[in-house]
Amino acid sequence: MNKRNLFLIAAITATTLFTSCKPKDEEIAKAINTQLSSMTDLKGGNVTVVDGVATVTGECKDDACSQKCKAALEAANVKGVKSISWNSTIAPPPPPPPAPPVAIAPVAAPASVATTMDAKVMQAIKDGMKDIKGVTVDFTAAKPMVVGEVSAATRLKIMQIFSSAKIMPDVSKLTTSK
Amino acid sequence: MALQEKYAALIATATTNGITNLSVAEQAGVLHISGTVKSTTDYDQLWAMYSSIDPDMAAGDLMMNLDIAAAQGTKLKVTTDSSNLNIRSLPSTEGEIVGKAAHDEIVTLVEKHDDNWWKVKTEDGEEGYAYAQYLSPM
Repeated sequence: MNKRNLFLIAAITATTLFTSCKPKDEEIAKAINTQLSSMTDLKGGNVTVVDGVATVTGECKDDACSQKCKAALEAANVKGVKSISWNSTIAPPPPPPPAPPVAIAPVAAPASVATTMDAKVMQAIKDGMKDIKGVTVDFTAAKPMVVGEVSAATRLKIMQIFSSAKIMPDVSKLTTSK
Repeated sequence: MALQEKYAALIATATTNGITNLSVAEQAGVLHISGTVKSTTDYDQLWAMYSSIDPDMAAGDLMMNLDIAAAQGTKLKVTTDSSNLNIRSLPSTEGEIVGKAAHDEIVTLVEKHDDNWWKVKTEDGEEGYAYAQYLSPM
């Protein structure tokens, strides 16, 4: 073996040793992907490595998430990485929630109306009408019917009494004195 | 909606006067307006407007249930036509008459029993229930 061959063998051995100490791109990618998979905020994280230059893709919900994931990967200090090109995208904002259905309030009887013409309502009318002269109230009709002749002021008072009792009277037979 | 247009001026005044718990609802051909007015003046004004819009109030299309704000101790004026106002032992004409308050006399509100009967006390110390429609907070 001459000197030239010895030099050649030494060179090949050195190259082989040197190459075997440096992680291959596939190994780097695998290590980075392990890191990426632990980042729950990064969706679809993936990396391609060429000559130690890692290009990361994936989707983050916002820029802060992107910065955080990138910093975490850099901090992991994966062996063999020369540089990291962080190319993650930002997820589009979620669509606005559907408008809530329009609530339709149940139709209830207004507070100003009695639901039934019961004894209490009838008594309230009698109590109020007791001192009003010249009129009678007929409770046999569908609506209590006020019959008689009164002044305009007394008519107003009668309407107030019925409103207070929460019953609409029939005043078609109530005339106003001149 | 037509009734709200018919009584638009009344509704506008009720709103302007700042009625508490004002409710305006149209149901089955009747407009219902309810709430608590601040004073007897506001109460009288709204009823006068009703009378102005429908002089005979015979259309049967408006139910106006208005309470007048009055706290315990409020002075009340007796607004009977001319007669005395009976003061009774119970909130009903079935109650025994325990006193009388003259027309225009001032009594003191003890408590509101309901929309129709208020417990009052006269200057003579007579205490009992009187029909609220003949009492006007001052």
